[in-house]
Amino acid sequence: MVQKLDYLVESPSQTAGPYVHIGLMPTYAGNGGYYATEIGTSPIADGAKGEVIEITGEVIDGTGWALRDALIESWQPDAAGKFAGQDGADPAAAGHCRFAADAESGLFTLRTVKPGAVAARGGAMQAPHISLWIVARGINTGLQTRIYFEDEDNANDPLLNRIEQRNRVDTLIARKVGEGQYRFDIRLQGEGETVFLDI
Amino acid sequence: MSDNRDLGPLVPRNRAIHPPAYDIDYKTSVPRSPRWSLLSMESTPSEETGPRFGHSLIGDLDNNLILNFTRGKAPAVGERILMHGRVLEEMGRPVPHTLVEIWQANAGGRYRHKKDTYLAPLDPNFGGCGRTITDENGYYEFLTIRPGAYPWPNRANDWRPMHIHISVFGHSFGQRLITQMYFEGDPLIDRCPIAATIKDRSQLDRLVAPLDMAHSRPLDFLAYKFDIVLRGRRQTMFENKLEGM
Repeated sequence: MVQKLDYLVESPSQTAGPYVHIGLMPTYAGNGGYYATEIGTSPIADGAKGEVIEITGEVIDGTGWALRDALIESWQPDAAGKFAGQDGADPAAAGHCRFAADAESGLFTLRTVKPGAVAARGGAMQAPHISLWIVARGINTGLQTRIYFEDEDNANDPLLNRIEQRNRVDTLIARKVGEGQYRFDIRLQGEGETVFLDI
Repeated sequence: MSDNRDLGPLVPRNRAIHPPAYDIDYKTSVPRSPRWSLLSMESTPSEETGPRFGHSLIGDLDNNLILNFTRGKAPAVGERILMHGRVLEEMGRPVPHTLVEIWQANAGGRYRHKKDTYLAPLDPNFGGCGRTITDENGYYEFLTIRPGAYPWPNRANDWRPMHIHISVFGHSFGQRLITQMYFEGDPLIDRCPIAATIKDRSQLDRLVAPLDMAHSRPLDFLAYKFDIVLRGRRQTMFENKLEGM
């Protein structure tokens, strides 16, 4: 016999289902005015420091169809690499956003500031990135991934450098399609499947 | 409670307790499940930090689904219940001051959502969503009605057991979790392909809330207790030393 480890175990995940918007984005679900303030409607307020950018894309299933019911949350630091709540963080950069695929087109748009670089534990610098969490009907556990930027130096990023199949690295890198405009598609399955994270 | 930023990395997820991405009996998961393995890495500040929400965000009726849709004017139809419990993390610590959001069908099994076309009528007094922030001990509570079971297009005759969807933040973006609460004694749990995406029955049982007569209020509501556990964070005196030391 040995001593018993008395740790708890994480609660198992269940799919967010088709009606996740009722709970997390009531206005999107057609129930606007439900709460005095909905959370996550924008990751930045007026006056946020840094370059304002717009990232557009689709969440695409294994058949090539863009999901109309995906809900995404993003989390990022401010333009100087500080997360909300840390000393010196930009008070206009909350960093958290909720956005949904458009019910008609499947397109999503995230308008934010370009994040600054943040060190990993041990001091290695990570390239600027935005963390994503994707939920929808048919997704049993929320999927984690990251958006990196093709116009940043990603050569020494510890996460990107762990991807053995170098041809998959591009699935995490947003393409610049105009001034302040990026394209980032999330492929759940099939050719060009996005690298999803266990982190 | 020590400052979160002094803690070490998140405890890696035990994927064995979670549903696999692909489950042929839950048809929508078939085209929406990644085929390649997840890329594992120790957490970084990007996962260890997360949004915080203040108690001032929450309106008086936000956690009262019986009254919040009509702003207190008229109660929703259905069996009145208190859903309550604690948010904890794997090391056994409570998770205080974290946002908990729920959404659910009405007593007839109908959601207030433009995509739901089930025969059961909408309840004009029921919206179906609520939110609250845990107290300093990780406690939360909602007053609501017991949602109805409903059919859904999957296999030829699938029904969802009575359930309430729950979304929890914790203090780290890497703790983000959505799950569902089921009700003790519901015979549809054993027939539901979504519940069955969890392969270990003892883990599914952890999502079934027991009837809690001790917290029910005579002549008013029954209670169901539902604790939620989020990923923990490692903390040792060696954790914050510089690399190589």
